[in-house]
Amino acid sequence: MRVTLHVWRQNGPDDKGQIVRYPLDDVSEHMSFLEMLDVLNETLIESGDEPVAFDHDCREGICGACSLMINGVAHGPQAGTTACQLHMRSFKDGDEIYIEPWRAKAFPVIKDLVVDRSAFDRIISAGGYVSVNTGSAQDANLVPIGKDDADEAFDYATCIGCGACVASCKNASAMLFVGAKFSHLEKLPQGQVEADRRATAMVEQMDIEGFGNCTNQYECQAVCPKEIKVDAIARLNRAFSRSTVKNG
Amino acid sequence: MAVSGLALGGFVIGHLSGNLLLFLGRDAFNSYAEWLHGNQGLLWGARLGLLAMIALHVRTALVLRKRNTDARPVRYAFESTVQASQASRSMLLTGLLVLAYVILHLAHFTWGWLDSTAGATETLTRAGEEVVRHDTYGMVVAGFQNVFYSAIYIAAMVVLALHLSHGFHSLFQSLGLRHPSYTPKIEMGARVLAWGIAGAYMSIPFAVLSGGVS
Ligand code: HEM
Ligand code: FES
Repeated sequence: MRVTLHVWRQNGPDDKGQIVRYPLDDVSEHMSFLEMLDVLNETLIESGDEPVAFDHDCREGICGACSLMINGVAHGPQAGTTACQLHMRSFKDGDEIYIEPWRAKAFPVIKDLVVDRSAFDRIISAGGYVSVNTGSAQDANLVPIGKDDADEAFDYATCIGCGACVASCKNASAMLFVGAKFSHLEKLPQGQVEADRRATAMVEQMDIEGFGNCTNQYECQAVCPKEIKVDAIARLNRAFSRSTVKNG
Repeated sequence: MAVSGLALGGFVIGHLSGNLLLFLGRDAFNSYAEWLHGNQGLLWGARLGLLAMIALHVRTALVLRKRNTDARPVRYAFESTVQASQASRSMLLTGLLVLAYVILHLAHFTWGWLDSTAGATETLTRAGEEVVRHDTYGMVVAGFQNVFYSAIYIAAMVVLALHLSHGFHSLFQSLGLRHPSYTPKIEMGARVLAWGIAGAYMSIPFAVLSGGVS
């Protein structure tokens, strides 16, 4: 199949950047989206041009490195799927495809489609952990946890920190990421002790990083490759309000 | 946003229940207006409270908008929306239109700047004495007989319904009140309430225009 790509090219953090058009003729529908970009890069290298920089690592949907805005949708048109797991059969012959980096003040572009997501690491450092040493692994079932709670904690814990929520949010808010990180700990006894303090610290760091504010439009939930629900945001909001009322 | 929105929502419902007394006739409605103005403490308490809530709501909305646009300095060349409702995406616009309407509404009925009949009075006998009071009923009916004003009012109610259809469930999420089985009901309830409120407000100009209330 043939597709025409419109790719964001930017030499470095301070470059202005622009969209460049690349027609691509020999695309197999069985290629993953990233393989298609590999093909583009091979042709660019052959003709002596700079290849397009994009993030990737596992290419199996578990690391959260890939981060492409494809026709205005984070990770492209297939719900619950990372860009590396998206295949060209999701497109039609002759399609025009716009590929842009995540856009957020807190995620500055490093080069082309690669953005700096270390703001997420700093949010985790602010409170996304359990401070007490929980020792080595205990006997199973020593701390009984209900099946529903365990399942829910696990669902939140599937967040791979890719940043699609920020990229798709009309306000570039990181609430789904922070909500997921907060909630998977809050659902478990070890994480409950510091829940309120954690909520405040993570939200404060999120604001410092320059993310926007949630206006409850749920675009994040619609694009999250791990299908994390905005219930995570409600849990964070609840803990944040509780902590604000209690501690001012 | 949620707290001030909730307070304003409370006002919208309270104000509506007062307005609907119009359907009980001139006497019931004018007596309600007289009672309200006879309780200056209540009236001014509510007015000041509302003013504070509007100020808070609008200020927060503008601060929020500023921060949210700052959070994405470079926009996408290809913009798309997966599922967010039109209402949720035009909250600032619908909010500001409601504000503009509220000012027009005050100028019309509260300050009486737009209508020469606004100051009309009615005379009635109470315990053998003649009492003159403001004919609020007559003012509203005359106001809505103006098709132009009725049209603005009805349009404003559609805008309010859009604002509230997102606002009424959004506030639950903002306060962290979400539950897999209640949330769908809350979302549906918010829509029904928003359009129900707007519909009930609109019933008054429609009733006047159709001659049902005169
Ligand atoms: C009768 C008047 C009004 C009522 C009853 C009302 C009600 C509400 C409610 C219940 C919310 C949801 C709060 C939340 O999500 O936490 C809301 C949000 C909002 N209101 Fe109003 N509002 C009114 C007037 C206005 C005005 C005059 C503005 C003008 C600036 C405005 C701007 C907004 C904005 C921008 C939001 C969205 C915030 C967001 O998306 O999270 N509203 N309103
Ligand atoms: S490259 Fe690891 S999730 Fe896509």
